[in-house]
Amino acid sequence: MEMLLEALTSLLTFESILTVLIGVSAGLFIGAMPGLTATMALAMLLPFTFSMEALQGLIALGAVYMGSIYGGAFTAILINTPGTPSSIATTFDGYPMARQGRAYEALAAATMASVVGGIVGVIFLLILAPPLARLAVAFGPSEMFWVAMLGLTLVASLSSDSLLKGLLAGCIGILLSTIGVSPVGGESRFTFGYPPLQGGIELIVALIGLFVIPELLTMAAEGRGALPGGGELRKKEVSIAKIARHIFSKPVNLIRSCLIGQIIAIIPGAGGNVTSLVAYNEARRFSKDPKSFGKGNIDGVVASESSNNVMVAGSMVPLLTLGIPGAPPDAIILGVLLMHGLRPGLDLFTESGVLTNGFILSMGLAALLLLPVGLLGGRLIHRVVIRTPYYFLVPSIAMVTILGTFALRNSMLDVGIMLILGTAGYFLRLIGIQAAPIVLGLILGGIAEQGYVQTLMAAVVDPIPWLRLVSNPLSMVLAGMVLLGAATALVPMWLARKGLLDKVEEDSGGSS
Amino acid sequence: MTFTYKTLAMSVTAVAAMGLAGLAQAAYPEDDITYIIPFDPGGESDVTARFQEPILEEELGVSVNVTHRPGGGGAVAWSEFQNSAEPDGYEIIGVNIPHIIGQPIQRNDAGYETDDWRIVTFFHSTPNALIVSDDSPYDTLDELIEDAKENPEAITLGGSGTYSANHLDMLRFEKEAGIDLTYIPFSGTGPLKGALEGGHVAGIFNYTMLGTEMADSVKVLAVAAEERVKALPDAPTFKEQGYDIVGGAYRGVAVPKDTPDEVVATLEEAFAEANRQITEKQEPLGFVMEYITGDEVDEVMAMLREAYGPILEEAE
Repeated sequence: MEMLLEALTSLLTFESILTVLIGVSAGLFIGAMPGLTATMALAMLLPFTFSMEALQGLIALGAVYMGSIYGGAFTAILINTPGTPSSIATTFDGYPMARQGRAYEALAAATMASVVGGIVGVIFLLILAPPLARLAVAFGPSEMFWVAMLGLTLVASLSSDSLLKGLLAGCIGILLSTIGVSPVGGESRFTFGYPPLQGGIELIVALIGLFVIPELLTMAAEGRGALPGGGELRKKEVSIAKIARHIFSKPVNLIRSCLIGQIIAIIPGAGGNVTSLVAYNEARRFSKDPKSFGKGNIDGVVASESSNNVMVAGSMVPLLTLGIPGAPPDAIILGVLLMHGLRPGLDLFTESGVLTNGFILSMGLAALLLLPVGLLGGRLIHRVVIRTPYYFLVPSIAMVTILGTFALRNSMLDVGIMLILGTAGYFLRLIGIQAAPIVLGLILGGIAEQGYVQTLMAAVVDPIPWLRLVSNPLSMVLAGMVLLGAATALVPMWLARKGLLDKVEEDSGGSS
Repeated sequence: MTFTYKTLAMSVTAVAAMGLAGLAQAAYPEDDITYIIPFDPGGESDVTARFQEPILEEELGVSVNVTHRPGGGGAVAWSEFQNSAEPDGYEIIGVNIPHIIGQPIQRNDAGYETDDWRIVTFFHSTPNALIVSDDSPYDTLDELIEDAKENPEAITLGGSGTYSANHLDMLRFEKEAGIDLTYIPFSGTGPLKGALEGGHVAGIFNYTMLGTEMADSVKVLAVAAEERVKALPDAPTFKEQGYDIVGGAYRGVAVPKDTPDEVVATLEEAFAEANRQITEKQEPLGFVMEYITGDEVDEVMAMLREAYGPILEEAE
């Protein structure tokens, strides 16, 4: 407690607050640009922190992280393009809301959800770090396999119109994930004798391609801007107080999303992309009116944005205790810690506890500052995105996208892959195969493969090796959840086909 | 007209030649140097480069930009470097043994050759270490070997990567001790810590750094170095315990093959100075500082090639 107070004092200086403010603003703008992820925002701004002291450097990066994850929501809502991959699920309802002229409502909801999520994550990190770290290491290879499987059951729910097309998209994603050197075993696969392909398809490259390019092509093909008819920010006047009342009067959605965000954030490597998708899916599953999701339900935006901002601080639980990045951007934070000679582990909470707590608290401050920065900066971003005619917008976004892709690994190959996947994604979208399940397959395919192969290798002496996959309680629970998830997606569909759910179908038929 | 062109061409050639001569004579370096790390930020290679960067800048008097080009366990950057880097010393790249020995043998399309560059220096090595958690039933290497003899393949050891330094030396250890273990590759040092703490593997075959990093919660049964490393004075070597296993990862820096000797010498000196200044920071972490240059580079390469080559060929 003493340490916490001391940390608070070190944080409440003009210098520190200014650092947080600048960090949040910079993160917000970078995160709002499609193709520039939170990881890239951190990587881009890393050199500026080299000359700073350890605490200031960490504060700056924590603020950038918080700002950029939130910034991803802007473009997700306004132009259906997640600025960062963790905002994929924000597009599902945020963009429909924007097209209905409710962009401001969606943005305000995203802001509030992000602030709450960010602070909740900090509280979790502060209180639960040591005990939760023990939970994280319980996820070994077999558990990771089931976590990935759980994510893949999302494919069913992401493919709203056709399960078959959804599964097809998921398979495309999994196939893409197998390109390059295999995670276990080290063979290079599907490189077609072309050495640079050993690096595989970088997730973010595929994300940029599959999410940005099809949207740009659609905009160009239809000759329209991001929003119909110039899309006023607030066609329907909605007060912030009213939105706040809507979110906070029934906090179940918010609480559930925060919890999901925290739990997934602890699982190494899962990251914000998965958290927001899972939180969104659960919000939809538990909703009284699941059919309204995907058509502009504000709860979808809240679920996605609160869970991904919980992840910012939440994913640092395994990072600060074990040195395991809970999400990709954490890898950069890890690098900074090591650079200053700070080794993850108990020492961080004892010897250098003031510094660690100061860093954690600064993320809470960053979350609070999202409110003013977001609402003011939001108008600016909105104005820039909306007022710009599409014939300026399309090439500008394309330019930033290509530059961002190149900057990722200084690779023209990545730019090529991005453009190829993007073009393919456009045509796939025309026949009803969506980008989201493809990306899901790409993210989870590798995790599932690694978990599966590692489990079976360890089980080489067992009589029936694959039983090792369900050999401990945690993996059994996870396997049960996978079955349940698959059942909740498949059973209603099967019943509907049998004609048992005719009534429900008719009820919702009018709206689709 | 012809005459004019000829004169022009000749004078241009002359000027160009003078210019080139001038360039060659000008003291290297004059421009910024790009230092490519073929791995993700945050790894051992990156952390070391960050330590070296300010000292290199001071020594060389130009800025040194560390850039990352990860992919394929380093192969993407290495193949690109061998195909496109200019031999002028303004582009240098981190190289790692055994990666650069193993990958070209093991893959048909690694895209680069083990020897198709000039290795300036290896600046440090990280010996392998056999590490088990505190609550492991094994207190000594012998206890582990005994158990392995009774239950072949039942003991799982995690390591970083396939046919990596960890994997190859574990295979050597199996041969030397006449036992069968099961190696489980993980994607790096980070996940290994979790695997050990969560009890998902019986032990890990990784570098000494992990032993120092997790000093509070693990037992280091053996270290694959000639003598005990400074950061782990209580951990015995394999040699002490009768197994001739000395190996690990060597990290260094390379330039294209035809780079002039003076350039190589300048870089050598700068890296040596960087090493001297960061020794205090790196030794306690478990690194072993090295100053391997010139012919010694070839000797080290030859030695490790001999140690690992047969295992790799066998695996083929």
